[in-house]
Amino acid sequence: MEEIKFKKIDDGCIVYATGEIDLSNSHELRKTILAALKTDSKVEVDLSEVSYIDSSGIASLVEGLQFAKSHSKSFVLSNPSKQVTAIMELARLDKVFTII
Amino acid sequence: MKEHLIKVDELVTHYGDRKILDGVNLAVEEGEIRVIMGGSGSGKSTLLWHIMGLYQATSGSINVLGKDLNKIKFHEKHELLRKIGVSFQNGALFSSMTVGENVAFPLTEHTELDENTIRIISRMKLEVVNLGGFQKLMPSQLSGGMIKRAALARAIVMDPKLLFFDEPSAGLDPVVASEIDELILNLRDAMGMTIVVVTHELDSAFKIADKITVLDQGKNLLTGTVEEVKNSDIKRVQDLLERRARHDTIEPEEYLKRLTQENYTIS
Amino acid sequence: MKQLIENLGAAIVLVVERLGFAIRLLLDSIYWLFLGRKFKQKLRFSQVAEQVRVIGFDALPIVMALAFVVGVMLSIQLLYAFSDFGAESQVLLAIAKSVTREFSPLIIGIIVAGRSGAALAAKIGSQVVSQEIDALRVMGVVPVRYLVLPPLLGLIISMPILILVADAMAILGGAVFSIESLDMSLIAYLKESFDILEVNDINQGLIKSVVFGIIIALVGATTGFNVTGGAEGVGRATTSAVVASIAAIVVADMIFSYFLTKTV
Repeated sequence: MEEIKFKKIDDGCIVYATGEIDLSNSHELRKTILAALKTDSKVEVDLSEVSYIDSSGIASLVEGLQFAKSHSKSFVLSNPSKQVTAIMELARLDKVFTII
Repeated sequence: MKEHLIKVDELVTHYGDRKILDGVNLAVEEGEIRVIMGGSGSGKSTLLWHIMGLYQATSGSINVLGKDLNKIKFHEKHELLRKIGVSFQNGALFSSMTVGENVAFPLTEHTELDENTIRIISRMKLEVVNLGGFQKLMPSQLSGGMIKRAALARAIVMDPKLLFFDEPSAGLDPVVASEIDELILNLRDAMGMTIVVVTHELDSAFKIADKITVLDQGKNLLTGTVEEVKNSDIKRVQDLLERRARHDTIEPEEYLKRLTQENYTIS
Repeated sequence: MKQLIENLGAAIVLVVERLGFAIRLLLDSIYWLFLGRKFKQKLRFSQVAEQVRVIGFDALPIVMALAFVVGVMLSIQLLYAFSDFGAESQVLLAIAKSVTREFSPLIIGIIVAGRSGAALAAKIGSQVVSQEIDALRVMGVVPVRYLVLPPLLGLIISMPILILVADAMAILGGAVFSIESLDMSLIAYLKESFDILEVNDINQGLIKSVVFGIIIALVGATTGFNVTGGAEGVGRATTSAVVASIAAIVVADMIFSYFLTKTV
């Protein structure tokens, strides 16, 4: 993963994840998402630039969702690639996340 | 042409004095599902063990994920093994741990991930194999099919590039067996895993295989697509497909020796 | 006769083989203890702590009870034997020295061999049978580091602690029975016992206990790893682990007693 970018929008922020997300960097994604959720009430994770995501990356997203749900905040994923979608579907997580 | 994740050349192995593999060749491409078939004693499981680098070959070379197992350093081998998932015939779950702990084990051993993350990943894998919510059970409380699925969850928990599956459907009823076949196909499609399955179940092999390698008495008999194997005119392959018993020609001298000689060992 | 020699030869080969295996286990354990972290095979502290709890703490009640009884028994025998010379007052010295140097290490060694050595052999043996060891290896986990090192360290830590407890309990046991014959108060007896004891006496017991701990771990693990023949084999291995480790402990005890005891 090259870097994680932020963009502030009206009532929240968008996190742009890029490249490969695996064991070596998923903890950064996790930290970023949780930090964003602490300050903003609406967080969107843009996955369009993600070429590969492994289970630890997906787990980071799940943790984000868990945090958002328990603090009644909004957490959505956007533009997942085919590979990301396939992995989500494998664990039936496409039914759990709000994907736009 | 795609990269070969596994390349075995002229592999010869012995168990004690008995020759098990006699010049086996195998080349598996990335993203392929390869089924290794053969009767019992054909050496198909032995081949798997050697590809995992757990036994020393007599001669021949094995290259896995770009590493030559003859030249690999001891510590590199452990690195390599972390990129490989293995699901054993009997599951080989740790009987002293719960299903959840079993699945999480590779993560707790090999990664520095947060406890919460590890829990989510391992439960996600249990969901993948349709064992969601079973993490608190002990292996002894599971049925045969559930053990296989839990073992599969443990095998894929590190997202391996390469998955070995020893007899996925042996001893399972047809419905459960076909569920597992389905799972193997899904894993390849979603995660791009390269999967090597050892089996003697024809239906399962034909359903999942991209290519089939048929071993017989330690030798390659045939490697080909499902169609090629079905249409093969090699007698032993046909025997296997027709589930015919082996019709070895009997040598009376040798046979009598086997029956009567006190210290006879197979050579 | 030929058969006998053949069997004897086979037995010797087996013993040498197992001895080699055990030494290899010990060297591997030391290797992984110091280099494990470097190669991502790190030893988990919680695993060792758990072993100390199971091997040491859980054994405390039985160790305390038996050590106390041994103390009582010694004082019975020694009072009787020494009364012939009118040397009953030496009972206190004899008990204190023999308990710390000899009896507590030996008794604890036997108890722990029976409890933990057998458990280790059974655990590893059943894991061999169910391919769990192979599963560890294909996951890139070194079995010695994961299965042998924690109990080995657990034993090395637990044994000296058990010895100190046993020393105290055995002396107390001896005291309870002999104070009447010796016409002493319990406090005076205990105080004199501890005055008589030299650092050397205690050390001898502690050194032996560590050696016994290592023996128990290595014999248990060696028999466990060499299990063949399914569940029945596990049972056989468990029994032979106990017998072999007790035998090894007794022999080691003799050797150490000889070298650690300066005869004047």
